[in-house]
Amino acid sequence: MLTSQIKSNEIVFGSCNKDLLEEIIFYGIKLGADFVEIFIENTDNSSVLAEEDFITSVSPSFGKGAGIRIFKGKKDGFVSTNDLTKHGLMRSVSQAIEMLDITDNKKELFNGLNKHRDYSLSKKKWINEVPSIHEISEKLLVSTKSLKKNNKIITRKGSYSRNLQEVIIASSDGTYVSDIRLHQTVGLNVIASDAQYRSSGSRRFGSSGMPNEFRLWDHEKAANDVFESSMNMLYADYVDAGQMPVVLANKFGGVIFHEACGHLLETTQIERGTTPFENKLNEKIAHESVTAIDEGISEGSFGSLSVDDEGMEPEKSVLIKDGILKKFISDRAGELRTGHKRTGSGRRQNYSFAAASRMRNTYIAKGEHSKEDLINSISEGLYCKSMGGGSVGATGQFNFAVEEGYLIKNGKLTSPVKGATLIGEAKEVMPKISMCGNDLELAPGFCGSISGSVNVTVGQPHIKVDSITVGGR
Amino acid sequence: MNSREITTQISKTADFLNLKKWDYGASFSNDYSVQVDKGEAKQLKASQKQILTIRVWNQSNLVGITTTSDISESGIKKALKQANIASDFGNKNESTEFSPLAKDPIKVKEVKKRNPVGIKKLLTVLREAEVKLLESHESIKSVPYNGLSESFFERVYANSEGAFRSYSKSQAALYLYARAEEKNKKPRSSGSVKLGYGADDIDIESCIKEASNKTISHLNYSSIKTDKYLICFSPESFLTIINAFSSMFNARSIIDGVSLSNKNSIGEKLSTEALNIYDDGLHEKNISSTPFDGEGTPTKRLCLINRGRIENFIHSESTARIFKTTPTGHAGLGSKVSVSPDWIVVEKSDENFDLKTSLDHSTYEGEFVYIEELNAIHAGVRASQGSFSLPFDGWLYKNGKKISIESATVAGDIKYLLKNIVNIESSQEVTTSGISPHIWVDELSITGDA
Repeated sequence: MLTSQIKSNEIVFGSCNKDLLEEIIFYGIKLGADFVEIFIENTDNSSVLAEEDFITSVSPSFGKGAGIRIFKGKKDGFVSTNDLTKHGLMRSVSQAIEMLDITDNKKELFNGLNKHRDYSLSKKKWINEVPSIHEISEKLLVSTKSLKKNNKIITRKGSYSRNLQEVIIASSDGTYVSDIRLHQTVGLNVIASDAQYRSSGSRRFGSSGMPNEFRLWDHEKAANDVFESSMNMLYADYVDAGQMPVVLANKFGGVIFHEACGHLLETTQIERGTTPFENKLNEKIAHESVTAIDEGISEGSFGSLSVDDEGMEPEKSVLIKDGILKKFISDRAGELRTGHKRTGSGRRQNYSFAAASRMRNTYIAKGEHSKEDLINSISEGLYCKSMGGGSVGATGQFNFAVEEGYLIKNGKLTSPVKGATLIGEAKEVMPKISMCGNDLELAPGFCGSISGSVNVTVGQPHIKVDSITVGGR
Repeated sequence: MNSREITTQISKTADFLNLKKWDYGASFSNDYSVQVDKGEAKQLKASQKQILTIRVWNQSNLVGITTTSDISESGIKKALKQANIASDFGNKNESTEFSPLAKDPIKVKEVKKRNPVGIKKLLTVLREAEVKLLESHESIKSVPYNGLSESFFERVYANSEGAFRSYSKSQAALYLYARAEEKNKKPRSSGSVKLGYGADDIDIESCIKEASNKTISHLNYSSIKTDKYLICFSPESFLTIINAFSSMFNARSIIDGVSLSNKNSIGEKLSTEALNIYDDGLHEKNISSTPFDGEGTPTKRLCLINRGRIENFIHSESTARIFKTTPTGHAGLGSKVSVSPDWIVVEKSDENFDLKTSLDHSTYEGEFVYIEELNAIHAGVRASQGSFSLPFDGWLYKNGKKISIESATVAGDIKYLLKNIVNIESSQEVTTSGISPHIWVDELSITGDA
């Protein structure tokens, strides 16, 4: 038993909380838990919205909370609370133990926490380096002004949000880490209108751990891109539905892999029995031109982490190599319940969610072809330049909205089309990705799933899918 | 601190900081939930949450806001200070005031107080439900998405002019999504959700039966040919589409230019005269009802479409002032106040002579597509443009037989859809998001794999 003297009766950020954390973990082990994990966070967030030529919303928020997870066998109990006192945390441990109905006398050993791994040391200054509300407001207003390029643009919006999250993670395997995470995103949106015609355009940019990134953001380029997209789509006809070959653009085009396949490679899907890839390790599940990666280490990317929400450093996971399934994305519960080793992918929106296996920066690796090679290879099909959101159903069916699409005729891009949706199943579509371009680029996004909304990057080069169902009219 | 003590603390601290005008909204909750996997507890969860949102008006009457989960004396002081700083960036073009109705009497539904049944009972009930669902048909191999939860919460609104409202309630939810598998066929999945004021109030047997019947009914499936079809929307799917395009009735969306309607759209004919649509947050069947909105305005029944024409918009305090009307009880509480509907009620009006009443989903023998549930709303709806392209679960009825449709989408335009309503069945059904009868629409595009 640990007998360290309790120096504090409450978690204090920026201080050594080791003794208090050890006492709480020991308390859980003593009551019969196999494993105890404590995740504590302190957040400082703000968001700013500019509409037309005015700032219409400034929303700061801050808060603290803890999530305590107890494992007994393969079962787990999770309790979250805003009470960071010793009493509050111990009460949460008791509640989790009671929920799991732990009565046996078999006790695991707890040898105390390891040496503190502090990833936050060089990051404490970030809070003073991020742009002020005043600076953000000024740049957003310049950005929305840049969108005012003709009188067909009827609404212009610019939005910014900054999340600063300080975390402490401690668990009965000795893990004891601290980190500070900084995420910034900025987005521009327009609606264009002319008589009965309407279109919209939007782009979002994001970074992690780069306090200066918003200052470096090229708002003029972004505004031109959004404006052009909305103008190109303003008079577009609805696409005719049917089966056809498609070329998906790079950057956010990668959402197709994220939704259609990436989610099915998370161990939570194996636990549920809802992935067709469960027993396909080292088997061919995609065209040989496809190599797919999930990693949390690209500097500045929106899904990058120094350490995941279970205290493990993220690894670079090659999920599919030349069409062969090589790895699943796994967290602690996933390893326990499915046997797949953890990949540093245990992630959660905040303290009120238990961590789960989640994607980070996920992309299809670049191939050899140019974008033109892909388009030239199609006599009649669809080019999806910009993708909207998508989702995957309980049986693996997915769908994606195409925000900006163009018909391909005889190897050339022709008229813009709207209202397209791509529909399919990963198992059937992955073998049809027959060509990958040489222009890999990443794009930030938010992914909602079992452990809440987390920051991710999707990406790919231009890719060609030989045949897919396009929903339209 | 309880809600009265928080109000006193905010008042005291605001005085200390020389902040004369403020209001706040808060919620406090205790939630318990369980999930199971083939008889075993999978995840058991409890949470205690508190959220406080404070607005402060500065000397120029500009509003600043801050949200926090730290409801201690120091947390409240920090929140007031931050809100005051944020007020320097308050919207100069659109002022916000207290709701003129924030002290009006509210109607609180009389509901017997429920006590937590506890995690152990929730677990036992869910385990039994899972077993029964698995045993209901040999093809049902798992229930991958399931959960039983109960929640106990209090909502508060108060302001510096003495308004104070507090409301406590409980709610429980059960969801069961089964997965059926048969040899040489694709897996099929469907489910059911039931709500109650407490876990003991949930109709568990009907949830199991509904999840089982729906899942089994999709076992025999076929692709559908891409074409235009006569469609029958289930009550749930019609409410989904109305909620997705509720910006048509939303004054905030109209001001922001993201609605298909404009300030002059009151009276505009959208549909057959047989269609009435209300927003009725206080409806006796609405288990999620709350008696006041984020600004303290009482919740009320409001007619949105009367005999096919737009009758009212939903408002916050500031949008109501701009439209020269009164708030309707649909506001959130934010730096920019959002507006959203509570609970949609769709009815057949008494002007229903133009309907094709032979179209009844239980007796009609012609060809039509029945849309049971629409999916991926966030991806497939362009509310500002009026268009949608949505995957759905449903059946093709043809030659007296029905067959589940595999992997298809329905696409169209909301105004076209409303104008092409050809029948509104008489019998309404209660869903988790409102009440509606079955609605028939002619000539909507379906994309399928066939």
